Amino acid sequence: MIYEASATAIAVFAFFVAVVLGLSFYLGRKAKSAKGYYAAHGGVHWFVNGIAFAGDYLSAASFLGICGMIAFYGYDGFLYSIGYLAGWIVALFVIAEPIKRLGKFTFADALDSKFNSRGIKMAAAISTLVISIFYLIPQMVGAGALVKPLLGFSHQAGVLLVGVIVILIVVTAGMVSTTWVQFIKGSLLVVFCAILTVAILNRGLTTQPRAGSAPVEIVSADDPVLTGDGVKVLPADGPWKDKPYIRVIDPANPLHPVVWRKLPDGRYARAQVARTTTDPTGNVMQYVNGKVRGKGEGEQDLLPVGSVISLPEGKQTTGSVGPLEFFATLEDSTIALWRSEKIVESPRVTSTLYYPIPTKGSDALTPGSHPTFAGVRSDSFIQKLDFISLMLALFCGTASLPHILIRYYTVKDQASARKSTVVGIASIGFFYVLTLYLGLGAMVSGMLDPTDTNMSAPLLAKSFGELPFAIISAIAFTTVLGTVSGLIMAASGAVAHDIMENFLKMKWDDHAKVRAGKMAAVVVGVIAMGLGIAFEKLNVSFLVGWAFNIAASANLPSIIMLLFWKKTTKQGITWSIIVGMVSSLAWILLSSQAYKDVYGLPPEDAVVPFSQPGLVTIPLAFLVLVVVSLMTNKQQAVTR
Amino acid sequence: MISRNSRYGLVLFTIYLVLYGGFVLLSAFAPQKMAERPFGGVNLAILYGMGLIFGALFLAAIYMYLCRPTGGVEKPINKEAGR
Repeated sequence: MIYEASATAIAVFAFFVAVVLGLSFYLGRKAKSAKGYYAAHGGVHWFVNGIAFAGDYLSAASFLGICGMIAFYGYDGFLYSIGYLAGWIVALFVIAEPIKRLGKFTFADALDSKFNSRGIKMAAAISTLVISIFYLIPQMVGAGALVKPLLGFSHQAGVLLVGVIVILIVVTAGMVSTTWVQFIKGSLLVVFCAILTVAILNRGLTTQPRAGSAPVEIVSADDPVLTGDGVKVLPADGPWKDKPYIRVIDPANPLHPVVWRKLPDGRYARAQVARTTTDPTGNVMQYVNGKVRGKGEGEQDLLPVGSVISLPEGKQTTGSVGPLEFFATLEDSTIALWRSEKIVESPRVTSTLYYPIPTKGSDALTPGSHPTFAGVRSDSFIQKLDFISLMLALFCGTASLPHILIRYYTVKDQASARKSTVVGIASIGFFYVLTLYLGLGAMVSGMLDPTDTNMSAPLLAKSFGELPFAIISAIAFTTVLGTVSGLIMAASGAVAHDIMENFLKMKWDDHAKVRAGKMAAVVVGVIAMGLGIAFEKLNVSFLVGWAFNIAASANLPSIIMLLFWKKTTKQGITWSIIVGMVSSLAWILLSSQAYKDVYGLPPEDAVVPFSQPGLVTIPLAFLVLVVVSLMTNKQQAVTR
Repeated sequence: MISRNSRYGLVLFTIYLVLYGGFVLLSAFAPQKMAERPFGGVNLAILYGMGLIFGALFLAAIYMYLCRPTGGVEKPINKEAGR
């Protein structure tokens, strides 16, 4: 869809940025020491830290990705919500207090507290860097993808804008300003999503199509528009062979046939057709439904989609509904979910077809509609393992993410670490409950962009007016700022504190430590901007899932065993991190998902049986730790 | 090394692990169960999922209560943490 930049959105966003940067410069005068830069002097109030956890954790992938997935596929996006929240249980009950007790500025400090081993420092720093970079790429690409429709800038401008603002935030006051940015973002996100949810429930459900949205036209196979006198149908040859489409010639516009898609029940649904043609001079033209693509006179753009086809008991509209009634009503309704298929008609002509599939609410509200979770409904045991593996990685990954772990050093003691985790769970859990309402609300809003699932949440807000759209867009953008600044803090700590100061044993005074941290932050920020621009065309949302897998495989086994197994040795920890990281990374690079989405190779050629490594590589890292520790334990006892 | 807090933590963690594991296994191996609608016309998938989120909060609240400073063993830990 074509978006017009909203002046209100730009104004609201500029206001947010001004407040955030103003706050950073104000706080920057106070953060001069290394403890100030890396750990906000350990003086952040537990409540502020708890909300900052939400600001740190609820990334653009959480907010835009989950809402978009629910809006197009129903329940499956909520599986991520459940897994992402469950991970906090590991953080609270197992990790929070010891990590605070053992560490100083970084996760490597905590792992190394008993050993003073350079190997542990190096391994932990590298795993922090790898995880941070994997997590950063989708955030930066998301930032670029977001500003294009919302603020009207180019992708590059968006990435550079985020990069520069975040570097300014981190360099002025390190963890102090990062904490406050995340606090502001976390509270805004939760509060406005709650307001939107109330508005959704208040509006209720209706079968009245929204003005300007795509009509759902469904006919039976013998309908006159398909088989009537004088109706000419193009033969299903070439790329259309064996495809479930009927192309009816439009006498008024013979070059652009009307396309009907065969549905699972044998009826046909009219598709929106987006066609791109290149003439011999290299001139590219875009058409939608036979007209030139655009917003002007005689032009057409893809129409927004998403609607209720029928409500229970033949009702037209429900009026406002309760929180449970909302789900119950949807389960008995039929909803138009839009799918797309791209057909290369010739080297010069490509058509993308967008068509509605009438779906029972009860189907959309159970797991297994999205390709990632298709294993749930398949009979293949391996596919089911893939699902279990992903849910395991989400469960174990949260408490191993470096940008989450460093937040434990900003509070004063273990009790505060515990309390802030509980506040974090409350705010994040509340937000994830809202994601299901937001996603399903967007599903039936008549506002969805069939080409871009990530725009679902802002477009849902647009169905309530221009101002909510501007605010949610600006918040979405602030969301990227909060998470990226946390990641850059974690990566700069790994480079400056773990590698340069502790591994290379550079002798620095306090002032030089802060300077090194800031320089590392600038370098990481610049790299992140470069990657954000380089990966523009790649669908990168799955990188977040990969980052969780690597974090869970590389970091979790060593933290857990250090806490609960006395025989753990420094070699055991070092090798467990390295093996966990390398094996999960290798598994990912050999998976069908990487074949399909990264290399463009047939997914069935993939070497490993399922895409998500966690189920194999987490136990493997535990095993390596135990074996290596047992092998080196005697040796250490002797040398002691 | 294992304090009273971490013992409480491990017990609560195990409870949650069982609940979460139940959800994952039920989704994977009995998806038709997830479509059943035991309460208020809402299916088990949504009820269980929401239950896991609110359950996390509930267990966190219990943990906070158990770990309150008057909990006996707490004092030396607090002293150490106050360094």
